[in-house]
Amino acid sequence: MILLFYLAAAFAIVATIFVITSAHVVHALVYLIISLLAVAVIFFVLGAPFAAMLEAIVYAGAIMVLFLFVMMMLNLGQATENEERSWLRPRVWLVPALMILILLGQLVFVLWQQQTDMTPVEVGVRKLSILLYGPYLLAVELASMLLLAGLISAYHVARK
Amino acid sequence: MESIPYEHGLILAAILFSCGLVGVLTRRNIVFVLMSLEVMLNACGLAFVVASARWGHADGQIMFMMILTLAAAEVAVGLGLIIQMYRRYHTVDISVLSEMKG
Amino acid sequence: MLEWIGLLPLFPLLGFLALTLTGGKPGNTSASLIGVGSIALSFVLAAAISYEFLRSGASSHTQLLWNWMRVGDFTPAFSFYLDGLAVVMILVITGVGLLIHLYSTGYMTGDPSFARFFAYMNLFVASMLVLVLADNLVLLYLGWEGVGLCSYLLIGFWYQKPANGYAARKAFVVTRVGDTSMAIGLFVLFTQLGTLNIQEVLTLAPQQWSVSSGVAVAAAALLLGGAVGKSAQLPLQTWLPDAMAGPTPISALIHAATMVTAGVYLIARTHILFELAPQVQMLVAVLGLLTLLMAGFTALTQRDIKRILAYSTMSQIGYMFLALGVGAWSAATFHLMTHAFFKALLFLAAGTVILSLHHEQDIFKMGGLRKRLPLAFWSFLIGSAALAALPFTSGFYSKDEILLAALAQPQYGIILWLGGVLGALLTAIYSFRLVFVVFYGKELPQHDHEPIREIRGIPMAAPLVILAALSVLGGFIAVPVGAVFGAAEAEPYHASTLIHAIMIAVPLLGVGISYLIYGGHAIAATNLSKLERIRQSAAGAAITRFWFGGWGMDALYDRLLVRPFIALAHLNRKDIIDTGYASIAAFTQAGNNLLVRTQTGNLRWYSISMIGGLIIVIAVGVWR
Repeated sequence: MILLFYLAAAFAIVATIFVITSAHVVHALVYLIISLLAVAVIFFVLGAPFAAMLEAIVYAGAIMVLFLFVMMMLNLGQATENEERSWLRPRVWLVPALMILILLGQLVFVLWQQQTDMTPVEVGVRKLSILLYGPYLLAVELASMLLLAGLISAYHVARK
Repeated sequence: MESIPYEHGLILAAILFSCGLVGVLTRRNIVFVLMSLEVMLNACGLAFVVASARWGHADGQIMFMMILTLAAAEVAVGLGLIIQMYRRYHTVDISVLSEMKG
Repeated sequence: MLEWIGLLPLFPLLGFLALTLTGGKPGNTSASLIGVGSIALSFVLAAAISYEFLRSGASSHTQLLWNWMRVGDFTPAFSFYLDGLAVVMILVITGVGLLIHLYSTGYMTGDPSFARFFAYMNLFVASMLVLVLADNLVLLYLGWEGVGLCSYLLIGFWYQKPANGYAARKAFVVTRVGDTSMAIGLFVLFTQLGTLNIQEVLTLAPQQWSVSSGVAVAAAALLLGGAVGKSAQLPLQTWLPDAMAGPTPISALIHAATMVTAGVYLIARTHILFELAPQVQMLVAVLGLLTLLMAGFTALTQRDIKRILAYSTMSQIGYMFLALGVGAWSAATFHLMTHAFFKALLFLAAGTVILSLHHEQDIFKMGGLRKRLPLAFWSFLIGSAALAALPFTSGFYSKDEILLAALAQPQYGIILWLGGVLGALLTAIYSFRLVFVVFYGKELPQHDHEPIREIRGIPMAAPLVILAALSVLGGFIAVPVGAVFGAAEAEPYHASTLIHAIMIAVPLLGVGISYLIYGGHAIAATNLSKLERIRQSAAGAAITRFWFGGWGMDALYDRLLVRPFIALAHLNRKDIIDTGYASIAAFTQAGNNLLVRTQTGNLRWYSISMIGGLIIVIAVGVWR
């Protein structure tokens, strides 16, 4: 189990790095899907099967596919890829990488202090549903309204 | 079952978040910026789920669902904006979007 | 009747308000009615009040109108104080004022700002009445400032011509110097004595201050500064000749009969303070003497008819100051009254001449007007006789008293008397120079198309006749100021017959000299050409220029005060203080220019700055 955890973690990190350094849009999107699926595996290991399913179906399945469709619609082509490469000189990465390393260092520093071991307990769908229909009912309604708003604004913004 | 030190989970979330952040700061193509944002959102969701696994309840997963919903709506609107930008400027370079200068 | 004394300044004030608020729309007739009517009412009331007061035999009457302010222990009130001196003043102001208002209805016909003229004149009379009736020095100062304001407004009455505005400004600024001195004097009096009620001051001062003590000298000198400014004496006399830019009736009222006598009134009112400071009193006499001589010499060279009269006013007030300086308070008051009569007469007659000749004011462009302007001629003759103190005119009696009092002065009496006599000689010369040049001699050809007709009409003729009568008969009026100056009056002056003879002969001698030079006949012509040749010579021209320019005082002030001020203003043309304020705006602008560079409109720039902030915040959170 632990091994699976760390393996999936490694996959996620590597895939993410490829996402941000890729010059080709579709390649990057595919790498992103891999990263998402790796995170889904982690969820599963941690005893959150529903979250894993959601990640795989909704995130990797719906959102990324939406991305892909729009990219195909834009039809960016080879010229964009060359332009992309020209923009990705090593010099460009310097300052952001430095700042992010500092940030990362701070976060890791804070997190490294603690040492809590856990034994993952599976939190099933049943427990989740009870919470959803109980305390978090309003959150569900709001989420649906958010999706409605997103739908309408996406239609309006993208109109010709 | 062995135990997993769950700080490592949070550290993984931190690393993924930072990668996404680097992507946002560095890339000039707006599609990649949006993708990096997705990476960051995903990392936040991971952090929530790890936390809920530690305490053994489902609140974190519910939070993850909300984040997912948010990401979906955001991607939809964001892609619409990208399409509009491409129609207007015929490029996906974000440095042309500087009319708010000053 | 005495309780209605508060109405005295009220009538003219209401007239002012009525004329100002209606803006002259009702027309000139109603403006004249309101303007003259209010002064007529005041005059009748003043006469009634004075009659009752003098008949009652009381020494004074105080009428409280209302409490004005209350600041700690300081409670000046609006209250009027009537005594013999005030009686003289209110009768002169309202009486001569009424005659001049009547004259103005004729003089100012056809002027588009007719109503405004009467409004300002009414306001002036109201302020002057407040000044002379005031019970305390604060109320007096109110009237003081009011007359100064009206003087400014009326000198610059025809404001369309910038020169009139400058003259008005000059008058205001120069008298302001005096006013400031007087205000500081009031401060000294208040801090030392704790009250500004005039009668209280006059009783407290001798108790608390010794003669010639520093504080008495300071208070008296500061009040003298104010009087000198208002009465156009040395060193603040430069404004009076230029004030002739205003219409002639106001030159008559303000700058001859009333406002310029305010300084004399002030010193007479506070005479006890001056007696406590003998050095200052001597200074009053010296200033009066110097001014009367200076003005006399200057008047000899002037060509403008009104400027001659202005310098003669300056000179006559010098006589009043001389009288005050030697302690002859009632003589000064007497001369004030007679001077009001004959000087107003002279100015009004000059107005007739100017108007008849279509605003010509240079006397050497006039000549032989005796037949054409008979009323003006006789008025000028009588007025100049009184001015020169020819026997049996009112001016003779008043000037006589002053000169006798000067002679009786223990230390420098003889010098003062000789100066006064020389002044009388000069007065006779220049006043009859005016009469002979204008009314005798050859008639100069007129350039205008219209012939010279004397402008007449009851409004303009009646005042002239009345004033002429007063100039002759006014010498027999006894001013009822005995009770006011009681102990300060000395015994009647005795002088030898020789002195009296000299004082009678000198003015006649002056008339003779004037006749010999300007008389307009053959011998006069030769003498005049001889005089002209002397004047053309280098020394003569220099002296003439010096005397003409008011003994160089205008040039002195210009160099001493005006030019440095202009230079300073030029240095400060960027206005340092305003620059300070503008620099605040400039700083903000510069700050904005600096900070706006962070608004690049570039998305990545914004993200990086956000991350930077985030790092800092987390760092602070971690290390705390």
